[in-house]
Amino acid sequence: MSVQEKVRIPARRSPRTKAVLSEGKRQERRLGWLLCAPAAIVMVAVTAYPIIYSVWLSLQRYDLKFPDQKEFVGLANYATVLSNGYWWSAFGVTALITVISVTAELVLGMGLALIMHKTVVGRGLVRTSALIPYGIVTVVAAFSWRYAWTPGTGYLANLVTPDGAPLTERAGALAIIVLAEIWKTTPFMALLLMAGLALVPDDLLKAASMDGASWWQRFTKVMLPVMKPAVLVALLFRTLDAFRVFDNIYVLTAGANETSSVSMIAYNNLMKGLNLGIGSTMSVLIFLTVAIIAFIFVKLFGTAAPGSDDGTRR
Amino acid sequence: MATRTRRVAAAVAALALAAPLAACGSDEGGTPVLNFYNSPVQNMQTVVDRCNAEAAGKYKIVYQVLPRTADDQRVQMVRRLAAEDDSMDILGMDVTWTQEFASADWIREFTGDIKAEVENGTLQPALASAQYEGKLYAAPNNTNVQLLWYRKDLVPTPPRTWDEMIRMSQELKSQGKPYQIMTMGAQYEGLVVLFNSLVASAGGHVVDDAGKKAVMDAGTVQALEVLRNFATAGVTSPSFSNAIEDDVRRAFQDGGGAFQLNWPYVWASMQEDAPDMAAKVGWATYPAIDANTPSRTTIGGSEQAVSAYSKHPDLAFDAIRCLRGPASQKYLAINSGQAPSIEAVYAEPEMAKAYPMRETLLEELKTSAPRPRTPAYQNLSTVVAAELSPLSSVQPQRTADSLRSSIQAAIDSKGVLP
Repeated sequence: MSVQEKVRIPARRSPRTKAVLSEGKRQERRLGWLLCAPAAIVMVAVTAYPIIYSVWLSLQRYDLKFPDQKEFVGLANYATVLSNGYWWSAFGVTALITVISVTAELVLGMGLALIMHKTVVGRGLVRTSALIPYGIVTVVAAFSWRYAWTPGTGYLANLVTPDGAPLTERAGALAIIVLAEIWKTTPFMALLLMAGLALVPDDLLKAASMDGASWWQRFTKVMLPVMKPAVLVALLFRTLDAFRVFDNIYVLTAGANETSSVSMIAYNNLMKGLNLGIGSTMSVLIFLTVAIIAFIFVKLFGTAAPGSDDGTRR
Repeated sequence: MATRTRRVAAAVAALALAAPLAACGSDEGGTPVLNFYNSPVQNMQTVVDRCNAEAAGKYKIVYQVLPRTADDQRVQMVRRLAAEDDSMDILGMDVTWTQEFASADWIREFTGDIKAEVENGTLQPALASAQYEGKLYAAPNNTNVQLLWYRKDLVPTPPRTWDEMIRMSQELKSQGKPYQIMTMGAQYEGLVVLFNSLVASAGGHVVDDAGKKAVMDAGTVQALEVLRNFATAGVTSPSFSNAIEDDVRRAFQDGGGAFQLNWPYVWASMQEDAPDMAAKVGWATYPAIDANTPSRTTIGGSEQAVSAYSKHPDLAFDAIRCLRGPASQKYLAINSGQAPSIEAVYAEPEMAKAYPMRETLLEELKTSAPRPRTPAYQNLSTVVAAELSPLSSVQPQRTADSLRSSIQAAIDSKGVLP
């Protein structure tokens, strides 16, 4: 459906823009621009400027410790970063965390959303308690995870691995990071999915069950297709978020045993190393990756804000 | 009505946001304010109050508390110094930052009277860590070296070398007694301190004296061999490779180990939290690599410097005179467990109770070893910690070779930090 739409919209729009506008229409349009100008200017100031500035910084050798050695080096920083083992290790870790945690969050979040949607008794209580993990500051939650998994002081470490220290090995540490991520953001996923569930008309479900559809058929054939925009938006948001994972890793392992994410390593180079050139190069690379993910979601899967294209279609 | 309430609320919010900014660094009523940025130290406020009283209106020192970890403290300071923030006057620094801050011209050189006063009676290694290219850039406040803490009930005579300590631990293990050797093995500065102590004890060099070239000679390979043996001999705690100072302190104090290599602050905590355990604990000098060559341990500690962007540098130097003077050092040594950098303070009678280990401490301090001295120390430390973690997978010669090239890149600020 998405491909057809994308073709149809410009085709419909082009004659409209070519048509001669009446005086009133033109004024209305000018007013429209004026009204959105402040927002647009603020957006440019707070997002476009820093992005352009970091691209500019990424083309220079610039270390705050050695300001005299500042010089333009073209793409040399990109060569340094892209040929570095630490960077690719971090990239792999980030991709792994993103894929596993987002998949798990989708499944669990869907379950949670169905429960929250269906609950009749104590609806407010159920929804509130389900959202508690999302309300807790990530760093605070990460510290409780850290203590829980430290041998001696932590109940989880004593319970699950009485002889080991899971945070000190790569696989164990990554599993705990993913677990902390899932625990923290499943409620967010559930919230977005619940908004999608609300879009599913009850009549449709009743009709399907009259036709003899089982619960599973109703879920996959009726609910999921109707919810698809909401699911895609939830996935997009979470994927972009998960790719920038920082706080959980910072607290749980600080990147030890090759558990750094790309954001961690960019922070280390920028903030600790004061190397603006290399650090900005990493930020730009993270930005590009995030942009590619968003592009894939929007163009290939046809993600859009839920309900945004309803008006034109119906 | 609604818009007016909202406008009032916005104004209040704006004021609330702006008020702390205004309070920070402004000169109230003509008395110059000196902002003293320092790590959270117990009872530091008392010292500041006394110095303010002594200043008698010449200036007012305001103690601005930095975050708890050294990394976070440094990150905040360098960010503000790089932006030429003039609201920081006196900087409480870790000794490893001297080279970096001085070479970037972020701190002022000590000259004349104040220089002579700081140099007078201060322990030589502490003074050396406050120098850059032969000039004094900071005034040492407290100093620090790690000692060997051991269980007198399990170990009658403390081990003198690492090999001996590992053997003793294995023996205790076979007898089913607490046996662990506990120290900091997480991927952070603590691991670099351990490595540096062993390198210095083996007579090795990580970088050359000028701090420009990575060396990694035979001594460093020997140190790596000892570390690998230690990490693979089955004598460490399972959480060794994630342990930082306080994890080690707590685990030892709870009776989990036979040996602990840690800073002297663990003694004061043990007195308070586990007096029964403290009665069973003794101390000795840090174990050596070779029985005939005494060990050299890494020197730590803090120092005070004047920001290059301070609006009142002369007053700041004057305030440092009091903040790190003998009276302040003595007070903090007794009340906060900070080892003084002025030698005479150790002889004070009250020190016998707070620092029963002062003889051992002084002995170690006098032969202590600095960490590699280069403006890019932070890069170097990050790289070394990453390559050495976990210690059990170190392959001495190969690790030394790969460290040589990554340290060189770190010094030149060319490579990528892990």
